[in-house]
Amino acid sequence: MTIQLVFLARLRERFGASRESLPYEADLRTVADILRVLRERGGNFAAELAPDRAFRVAVNQDVVALDHPVAAGDEVAIFPPVTGG
Amino acid sequence: MSSVIRVQEDDFDVGAEIATLRKGNPAIGAVASFIGCVRDMNEGDSVGLMYLEHYPGMTERSLEKICAEAATRWNIFDTLVIHRVGELRPLDQIVFVAVSSAHRGDSFAACEFIMDYLKTQAPFWKREATPAGERWVEARASDEAAADRWKQTS
Repeated sequence: MTIQLVFLARLRERFGASRESLPYEADLRTVADILRVLRERGGNFAAELAPDRAFRVAVNQDVVALDHPVAAGDEVAIFPPVTGG
Repeated sequence: MSSVIRVQEDDFDVGAEIATLRKGNPAIGAVASFIGCVRDMNEGDSVGLMYLEHYPGMTERSLEKICAEAATRWNIFDTLVIHRVGELRPLDQIVFVAVSSAHRGDSFAACEFIMDYLKTQAPFWKREATPAGERWVEARASDEAAADRWKQTS
């Protein structure tokens, strides 16, 4: 039972990985809980995911708010504001 | 109504794409299109090379949603969005949006709407090479403001 984390663009570089399987725990209820777990790692995770930094989170490929629920098997992507076009 | 989305490394031929969009539909009275190109300057620095990354799967999904939304707001026939990824250089075409309709007002507005939403919602990111080194392009507040214009207050 895991949550698939996806890191893109600048965050992929800062975190040194494009994907990661995060073991699913009962206290991982929302996007905010996942961010808390990642921030607790310190280093680039804490710096890039600080509350005053601009980043977006998509659950199963839809951008969502921080209180969006997560479940085992979800794909949770974290990325900077987009700059295409 | 058909909506075609393509994310590709290859360049595209605007004339051929528009001809395909129009083919066989004499009800089309207007085609509006937009081409985005790589500039050789950004934020005051010269840009020699650009790399475009995206989030496969979500990219196509978000572009389909944007085109579907356009179809609910305007009376349009078909939409086409092509976005290139990978390595690009100044003068290269990056993005192409084309919309067909019976009358020009619908395709003009829908084309601009699709571009404004693409700029703020479709998961693409640009990294550019300047004389000072490589850097990720930062999102612009002016792009958010352009997309906000289309928000409906219903």
